[in-house]
Amino acid sequence: MVLSHNIAHNIPFLSIFLAIFGGIVTPLINDGQKSRRLHMFLTAVIGLLSLLLLFHVNFNQERFTFVMGHFPSPWGNELKAGPMEAVLSVTFSIVMLLAVGGGKDLIEKDILYEKQSLYYVMLNLLFGSMLALIYTNDIFTGYVFIEINTICSCGVIMCKESGKSMLATIRYIIMSILGSGLILFSIATLYIVTGHLLFTHLKMSIMRLINSGTYDFPLVITAGMFTLGIAVKSALFPFHTMLPGAYETTSVSSSGILSGLVIKSYIIFLIKVYYCVFTLEYLRDIKVTNLIFFMGACGMILGSVMALKERRVLRMLAYSSVAQIGYIYMGIGLGTNIGVTAAMLHIVTHAVTKPMLFICTGRMKDISLEKTANHRLKGIGYKDITAGVGFVVGALSIVGIPLFAGFASKLYLAIASFYSPFKMAVALIMLAISMVLNAMYFIPPVVDIWHTLSDSDANSKIVPKFIPSFNVAVILFIAINFFVGICYNSIFGIFELGIMLIR
Amino acid sequence: MIKLITTNYFEMTAIILFGIGFMNILLQDNLIKKFIGLNIMDTAIYLYLVSYGYISNRTAPIIREGNWQYVNPVPSGLVLTGIVVSVSMTAFSLALVQRLYKRYGTLSFDEVIKKLRSGEAQNGSES
Repeated sequence: MVLSHNIAHNIPFLSIFLAIFGGIVTPLINDGQKSRRLHMFLTAVIGLLSLLLLFHVNFNQERFTFVMGHFPSPWGNELKAGPMEAVLSVTFSIVMLLAVGGGKDLIEKDILYEKQSLYYVMLNLLFGSMLALIYTNDIFTGYVFIEINTICSCGVIMCKESGKSMLATIRYIIMSILGSGLILFSIATLYIVTGHLLFTHLKMSIMRLINSGTYDFPLVITAGMFTLGIAVKSALFPFHTMLPGAYETTSVSSSGILSGLVIKSYIIFLIKVYYCVFTLEYLRDIKVTNLIFFMGACGMILGSVMALKERRVLRMLAYSSVAQIGYIYMGIGLGTNIGVTAAMLHIVTHAVTKPMLFICTGRMKDISLEKTANHRLKGIGYKDITAGVGFVVGALSIVGIPLFAGFASKLYLAIASFYSPFKMAVALIMLAISMVLNAMYFIPPVVDIWHTLSDSDANSKIVPKFIPSFNVAVILFIAINFFVGICYNSIFGIFELGIMLIR
Repeated sequence: MIKLITTNYFEMTAIILFGIGFMNILLQDNLIKKFIGLNIMDTAIYLYLVSYGYISNRTAPIIREGNWQYVNPVPSGLVLTGIVVSVSMTAFSLALVQRLYKRYGTLSFDEVIKKLRSGEAQNGSES
């Protein structure tokens, strides 16, 4: 026992409460810097609490229920936490902290001073809603926090208040609304056929319905609509159209958080619903896993192809995210526990990589003196070594080079494919093609960044200001990347334990 | 088939309304009409939920003396929560549309994209 049970069991609620409390208190501060400090402090506290929770649940091999209020199930509301939730909460806290810390100078440049505290209100609520999606044991609570997440994401996307960012927000909100409609319809149908909203009772009722053969059609429709709704919200190919504009027009910290964390929180909720409500066996029987395997595989290839065609680095990173989301869905679509575990590992590896790429790109664009898009990053690696190295490490990780984080999840995705004989060949071929494509679209910007500068180049005249917070954040991101890339067996073990306890 | 429709007319109406709302969001060019589609879609789901929550000859779940039967309050609670969420989304979306209108002087989505692209072309390419 690491902590007393009483303390440990309160951590999930406390984490969500602290983040939302930060959102409520921040408007009262009305000062950008103080709001940022409060946000980072709360995120660090939540990260530490989550780390304690991780040690506790991993040591005790425990998954517990926290009852909210005085009404026990099936009437009350519940949170549930185990090793899987704890490791995700730790990852989200660290990435959130580093993304905001690393991009704080750019946030100050991009957002009007009087609006900065409102930006941190959005970030606090966004973080709270992501934690709620990780911990909740109630499907309707999940829906409510999905919507809070969407509104906060839109607030974060339009923080620059340019015409482009407003258009990107409209696109984002339209796609999100379509996804939400499908999710709400499926939740309403689930409640109508089962009479429950808590995962545990939903699962028991659904098992009874499956065994008795009643309500077959509504159940299939519900599972399909829920999957499709989450797929739309998490920008799985072909529903990815909202991403490039959104990531290009907002501040780079926001792009990192949206790409690395927000989209993943929906997928985590989907995985929880798959295990705690429908069961993977049932989803395999009704072929829902085949559908997401197909869409994931298409996303892996076509996302990379679109990234290859893109010249603007931020948009290229957005398309790269579409491809990486494809990897995650392909892992889930394998329809096996090891496939889902590999997908969870990919969520972590992508979360620690993509925000680093975004903040490094933002920094390099910021110091560049070149006017044209094609030469903006030319030779900039020599002017800001940390940003250049951070970008290269991120690129190598996304490609899947050994010792970097991305390698671990891709290795496990390949191993997982052996457990699904009918999908093995397709999965392995898609993985191979996609990795080659990843390397192809990352080579031009890396070559550009480390291009030798001559005196005639505008970028040779750069004298960059040293920003300690950016350097510390990128160095920590690199260290975490190597840590995940080397100690991936332990993280995979925690996810395996988490999946075993969730079943 | 006709029997199925006539005995489940609430569900059928809800599904048709959901479809109308969904297609409205997808296909309408006018931004205000797009978000009216959101409200139609959400209202369809509330109708669907409420139709199952209501049982004739039963009352609202408020404690009173004597023998009485009440309807399940959960669907109504869900609908209320859903309405709050839907109102927030609508308010946010309309505020955004208003800003776009102030900047570009149009409610047409395609027109906004055109004006933005022509502005971009004038300012030169951005990275």
